[in-house]
Amino acid sequence: MVEPVPDPILAVENLRSGYGITEVLRGVDLTIHRGEIIAVLGSNGAGKSTLNRTLSGINRAWSGSIRFAGTAIERDSPARIVARGLIHVPEGRRVFPNLSVRENLDLGAYRRGGGRSRDTLARVFSIFPRLSERQNQRAGTLSGGEQQMLAIGRGLMADPQLLILDEPSLGLSPLLVEELFALIQTINAEGIAILLVEQNVVQSLDVAQRAYVLDNGQFVLQGDVATLRDNPDLKRTYLGM
Amino acid sequence: MKGVGTILVVAALLAAVPLFGVSNVTLNFLVTALIIALAGQGWNVLGGYGGQYSFGHAAFFGTGAYVSAILQLRYGVNAWIAFAAGIGAGALAGAIIGGLSFRSGLRGSYFALVTLAFAEVLRILASVTPITGAGVGLLVKLDLRPEAFQFQSRVPFYWIILALVTVSLLIVRAIENSRFGAYLVAVRENEEAAKALGVNVIAVKLGAMVISAAIVAAAGGFYVQYFLFIDAGIAYGPWISIEALLAPIIGGVGTVFGPLLGALVVKVLGEAAKLVTGDAPGLDLMIYGGVLVLVIALAPRGIAGVVADLRARIVRRKPEAKPEQPTAGHHV
Ligand SMILES: Nc1ncnc2c1ncn2[C@@H]1O[C@H](COP(=O)(O)OP(=O)(O)OP(=O)(O)O)[C@@H](O)[C@H]1O
Ligand SMILES: [Mg+2]
Repeated sequence: MVEPVPDPILAVENLRSGYGITEVLRGVDLTIHRGEIIAVLGSNGAGKSTLNRTLSGINRAWSGSIRFAGTAIERDSPARIVARGLIHVPEGRRVFPNLSVRENLDLGAYRRGGGRSRDTLARVFSIFPRLSERQNQRAGTLSGGEQQMLAIGRGLMADPQLLILDEPSLGLSPLLVEELFALIQTINAEGIAILLVEQNVVQSLDVAQRAYVLDNGQFVLQGDVATLRDNPDLKRTYLGM
Repeated sequence: MKGVGTILVVAALLAAVPLFGVSNVTLNFLVTALIIALAGQGWNVLGGYGGQYSFGHAAFFGTGAYVSAILQLRYGVNAWIAFAAGIGAGALAGAIIGGLSFRSGLRGSYFALVTLAFAEVLRILASVTPITGAGVGLLVKLDLRPEAFQFQSRVPFYWIILALVTVSLLIVRAIENSRFGAYLVAVRENEEAAKALGVNVIAVKLGAMVISAAIVAAAGGFYVQYFLFIDAGIAYGPWISIEALLAPIIGGVGTVFGPLLGALVVKVLGEAAKLVTGDAPGLDLMIYGGVLVLVIALAPRGIAGVVADLRARIVRRKPEAKPEQPTAGHHV
């Protein structure tokens, strides 16, 4: 018997994008299945953040197609895309520093119709209990790790089907990195697909099912993490072996 | 709505001031301070809540003033209607200047400089164009009837500008409590994060610019009725751009009462400096400037910030005043 292939949550074909006249993404194909964790690896300047920004509509796609849950979204505004359930947590711990933790979280929920936001808040607090303890604290006074948790929690408030995390472990202590990767798995266990951009290659390959390696705006390697781990190129470039 | 009570109480207290038979000089002082408070509140919408610091809000003050004066003088339009048209024209100017600057992605000091440039271009144009009275300015015909938005006494003027300031306070409070206000603050705090949450950053900034410009234009239109004169330097000069941003900065940017508090303090300071220095020209301005620098250095969040800090300190002393308990796990 042939198992039916479920339609992917995200299907990207031949995507091109860039800044001004500089092309950064030079024809990218990417598929993420529902409930999957995908790692996107690549050196600095490879175009990982540009890919995230283009998927979430912040940067315009020059050409190619992006289908999210079966719908073409490459012409949609970021607001539309958020409302559809594709949420991007940008790199660099971008919290609203002078607002309280609670206000930060509330802002995450706005674009995704109110209704269930109290349940969502309770869920976010159960994943990040520390945010619950610090609801009234100014976000700018949180520690680096807490700010990153807040940025992710705010993304979850929008009730995503796909969560894009851009270098969430940047600048965190090894212990916190451990904790973060565990949390990513907790979030994923709730059925949320995750596109994870990371420099921590080893840990990313531990949590992801598949990985893509971006180099100079193109995917040069891709596949199951088990296969990729043994790939000599990947070993040499990213694992220092 | 939250916070409306305080606004109405403050307005009622201020409205009662003329009933105690204050002098014309005092009333004149208060009217001028309230004109600055109104302009400052306009600036506060965009600068305080949206974080877009304009150095050229004279563009809207002047547009409100000139459109009102020109409609009355050259087209015989009723003063009240002309006043309303001036506000509309100010809002339109805000939409144009905002559209041009925000669409081209101008931020921070670039935005400040571009707004300053717009105001200066308008000032130069107004000082050479016949319809604005060129170098001479425009004198609005004396017609001391309420229908003509002119009064024998200063008291009605005082009440009208107070009503305008009150409306601006209510508008800002409504913005604070609205989703638009939350987006505006998000844009101020971190534009990239706001974008990622799906906030249409340009639309939000533009909305704030239009509201901001309309309020400042109302201050300009009122100015014309009160002084019955306008010229390029008054309408589009840097003085009003500076006062409009000083009042909220001194009083507390991004707070409802900041601009009103700041306008009163700035005006009192200005008068006090003049008294102290007597006739020595320019010395009052130096003292005034020095005190402002001190205030900004010592209280970067303005008077409202100092008040908030004091309140927080008092609350912290009382052990029973615990912050709100977290709601985690309590499903509704
Ligand atoms: N706003 C911008 N304007 C012009 N060029 C940009 C802009 N942002 C990024 N670039 C360029 O696009 C290329 C890809 O950048 P991108 O930020 O996507 O890389 P990245 O893979 O996320 O790198 P990192 O690991 O350092 O975050 C780089 O050459 C960068 O200089
Ligand atoms: Mg990046």
